[in-house]
Order: sequence, then C-alpha cells, then structure tokens
Amino acid sequence: MNLKLSKKDKSKIGTKTKVIALAILVLIIIGSSAYILSNQRSEQKQHLIVTTTTSLYETGLLDILKIEFEGQYPSINVSFISQGTGLAIQTAMRGDADMILVHDPARELEFLEEGYGVNRKIIAYNFFVIAGPSEDPANIRGLSPTDAFIKIKESGENTSALWVSRGDDSGTHAKEKRIWNFAGLDVANLRTQDWYIEAGSGMTATLKLADDKGAYTLVDLGSYLNNYATGNIKLEIIVEAGKDTLNVYSVMANNPQKSELIGSNFDASMKFINFLVSDEVQEILAEFGKDKFGKPLFNPYVKLLKSGSDQEMVQWIQELAYFDGTECPTQYRYEEGDLYKFIITVTKNRIIEMPEVLRYSYNFWRLHQFFRNFQCLKQL
Amino acid sequence: MLETIIEAFSKAIGLILSGDPEILSIAFRSICISGFATLLSCIWGLPIAIIIGLSSFRGKRLVRSFFNAMLGIPTVALGLILYLLLSKSGPLGIFRLLYTPLGISIGQALLITPILVSFAGSALESTDVDIRDLAKTLGASNIQTNFKIIDEAIWGITLSIIASFNRAFAELGIAMMIGGNIRYATRVLTTSIALETARGEIAFSIALGLILMAVVFSITFLINFLRRG
Repeated sequence: MNLKLSKKDKSKIGTKTKVIALAILVLIIIGSSAYILSNQRSEQKQHLIVTTTTSLYETGLLDILKIEFEGQYPSINVSFISQGTGLAIQTAMRGDADMILVHDPARELEFLEEGYGVNRKIIAYNFFVIAGPSEDPANIRGLSPTDAFIKIKESGENTSALWVSRGDDSGTHAKEKRIWNFAGLDVANLRTQDWYIEAGSGMTATLKLADDKGAYTLVDLGSYLNNYATGNIKLEIIVEAGKDTLNVYSVMANNPQKSELIGSNFDASMKFINFLVSDEVQEILAEFGKDKFGKPLFNPYVKLLKSGSDQEMVQWIQELAYFDGTECPTQYRYEEGDLYKFIITVTKNRIIEMPEVLRYSYNFWRLHQFFRNFQCLKQL
Repeated sequence: MLETIIEAFSKAIGLILSGDPEILSIAFRSICISGFATLLSCIWGLPIAIIIGLSSFRGKRLVRSFFNAMLGIPTVALGLILYLLLSKSGPLGIFRLLYTPLGISIGQALLITPILVSFAGSALESTDVDIRDLAKTLGASNIQTNFKIIDEAIWGITLSIIASFNRAFAELGIAMMIGGNIRYATRVLTTSIALETARGEIAFSIALGLILMAVVFSITFLINFLRRG
C-alpha cells in the first residue's frame, strides 16, 4: 500500500517527511535547551529543601513565607515538599531534605535522639477539632475529645456513625491514634471494623471523603476553616478545641555532623529557622487567615512566649511538646547561636537577654506578680 | 451538581484566557521536561528500534518481548525504584538528581523508551517486507536499502515519538516521586492537578487539565495534518 504511493511521487514525500522530521527535531531541541537554560539559572542559587506536612502546605501559608524569605536572602531558593509528617521525616533522614517542619512531638524526639536533627524550635500551634455532619448521629456535641471518640466508636459499632482516619502516618494521624489510646481503645483493632475508614491521603482529600460519607474526622482548625470557607465541605465542628487536641508545629534542621546528612545545607536551614522565629514572621503567622476566615489559622508560639500573656496555654504546650523541660535539650543543639536565648522586652528600647533556663523563674515571678496584684485589687 | 461542574469549567476557561503567568509557566515547564525526556529516549531508543526492526539476531524475540512487556510498567513503581536510586543515600545519590527537573526527564525517558522501541520497531519491521526485496532487485546496497526502509517508515517512527512524548507529558507517578512537586521548580501539569484537587481548587485543576489535553490533542492533530497535506 505504501509502496504504490511512494512509487508515484517518491521525491515529493521524501523531502516533505524530512522537513517535518527536521521541524519536530528542532522543536524538541529548542524546548529542551530552553529547559536546560531555565534549569541552570537556578543552579547559581543555594537550595534549601524543606519537607513539611500537608496540613501546613495546603493552607498556602508557606508560599507567603517563601516570598518573604527569598526577599531577605536573595541567594537562597527555598523549596517546600508537602508530605505527611512520617514521610517528611523519612525524606530528611535519607538526606533528601535539609530540614523539616512538622507536628508530631513523639517522632520529632526520635528524630533528635537518633542524631538526625538539631536545633528544634516550636514556632506555632493551633488545635485539632472533630468535624462531623451537622445532624451529629453519635450525639457527641459538647463532649471532651476522648469521650467523643468513645461515643463515636459505640455509634460506629451499631452502624449509626462513621469515622474517617487520615491513615497516612501524618502528624494528624499520630494525634488521632494518641486520642484513641487516651480513650483506652486499640487502633489496630478499630482498623478492622467497617465504620473506621482509612483515607490514606492529605487533609483536604480526607475532609472531602468524610463530607461525602457523612462521617466524623479529626482535622486541624487551619485546614477546616480553609476548606469550609471555600465551600469544599459542609461538615461542622462538633467537638471544639481543648487541651487534648493541641497541635504544635516545630521546625528542625538536619544534623550536619551525621555522616548521612553531611551534604545538608545547614547554613541556610539555620537562616530559615531564625527567620521563622523572628518577630516579623510571628506577626505574619498571627495575621494569616484573619482576613479570609475571621480568625487566624495558626497561633505564633514565640510571640506567645514573649508576651507572656497566656500562661495556661504555654503550660499546655510545654506538657505536650517539651522534652526534659525545654523545646530542644542541649545535647541536640549545634551552633545554635542566639536561637535559645530568652529575650524580654521591658520597654520599647530596653531588652533583657537571658538564657532559657531562667524562663521558668521569670514565668513564676510573673505569675506571682499577677496574683499579688489580684490580691491588692481584692483588698480595694 | 451539574451547575457546579459548569461553573468550574467556565472559571477554568477564564483562568486560561486571563493568561495566569503561573499556569503558563507550569505548562511550559511540563512541555520542556517531557520534551527533553523524549529527546533522551530518542538518543538511546531509536538505535535500539532500528537494530530490532532491521536486523535479525539471536534472542531478538526475547528483546522484543521484553520491551513489549515493559510497555505497561506502572509509573509509580518506576518512580519508586528511581526515587530509591537517586536519593542521596542511594547508589546514584552523588548526581543530586532527586527533586530536579533533569531527574524527572531521565525518569520519564526510561518510562517511554519501551513505547518508542516497540512502536518504532514495529513500524520498521512492517515496512521491511515490502521494500527490502524491491530495493535489492533495483540494485541498492545494504546501507542504501536500510536508509530507504527508514525513510519509508518515517511516519511510523514519528508517531511513536509523539506517542511517547504524550505518555511522558501525561504521567504523574515519576513527576511526583522524583520531582516532589516543588513550586517554581519541579511542578508540572499533572502534579499540580493532583495538588490542586487535593486542595479543593477544582477550577484550577480543570484549567490545568484542559491545557494538558489541549497540548496532547494539538500535537497529534498537527502531525496528522502534516501527514495528509
């Protein structure tokens, strides 16, 4: 069939095919060289790779921080890779990331203890809530998270309620397992039951699944507000924030002394950590989401410490996410600079710097002052 | 429900028409990365295809069936293997290819090599029967005959290149696992569709999906048009 055609006007088709083939080749070469060029431009910069949690990434906060950070340090290019906390830590352990930004204190401690991470710093916190259908089939409104979990399990077993779990080893998933444990229930056993659904995906996808199924799920307030405002989900907050559902985000750099992690960009990591705890970024954190949702998605922790306003909250965070009474025990610090110095702003122009150990005495003193003032007021 | 779909589509078309620079840069990056992958796979794939198509040797059927079997390799499986190889603690870690566009290109090139080899090989083989004897009787040398066969099979080869580009362009697993979906660096159309869907930004996803399809279709149409005219 081809033969006849080619016999008739052999020369014509021959040249034409060559022209087309050449054109395609040229196009591909132009495309790829353009790609190589664009690739090379970024090679001149230092690269900082941060693995982070989906709940943080999907809110869009990190895009703002990226622009801000690269404005301050034009020679550094920050890349965020959004993974669950479990995978984020794994990636850093393999040396494929320079630092992590996660929310699972237990695994963070492991990361430090095994020598992979240094200079942990708590940067922000918010709360998990239990979201569920407005009809509230398990009737858990107003209960504490632990009691609510027990109720959900009971209703699940008589097929009136469903539960959707992240099921992806993320920080949210770890928190969920912790609460099940508080409630005296064994997750390994729950997993086998029909009412317990494992999504195995990111926070938004899990929320949408729960929304579709009319199920309950554990979600951080940031992701909930974000998805509720965009109309992705109709689920309501059934169980409000409490001490048991505190969610603490912290940041750690890879330990450059660890042989597997020698290639990590420690210098840039430390710049990023110092950037995150700076007043400027803590202010961004405090404002982020206010215009869109009426309340901020995250609460800045460093700012909270400095202001010393909510001692109860500080207490909660320290109980959950401090190790040996500090956010990073001294043996896990490395060239930390001023990171752990405790700074009190006395007046606008007067700043006192002191080591972190004194923070407790300072807080105690403040508490003491507070009660003394209170007593004075009473007497009046 | 239908209304929300229509709304999402109209929003998506609005996004494309407004020429959102980020969408355009993602599309451009996608084309470049997959284009480079196609180039790479041509460099090593076409010679293999020509050897398979034009000569006969022992074990040829084995090689052919190997490439045919590899046609269906799941992208996530290949992505995972490459991730372990390219990771800094893996054997190829020193090249620092993980989370770079070049890494994605190499991964995609490996993915599409079987397509290129199988399709181009078949195109050459099916031409072979008709042409070889004729060329020989007309007094052509071996090399001349082979060139003639390649010339006759050029359409088949072009189509196999296009098919492999399309496969690279539309795959997700490798781009996600090797690239990591880093904004402004390794975010391509498919990974950003995955991300935006996970984020619930459906209109954005649809816009990206439309661009993805538009590129694939227009390349295929262009080739068909050139072939006819």
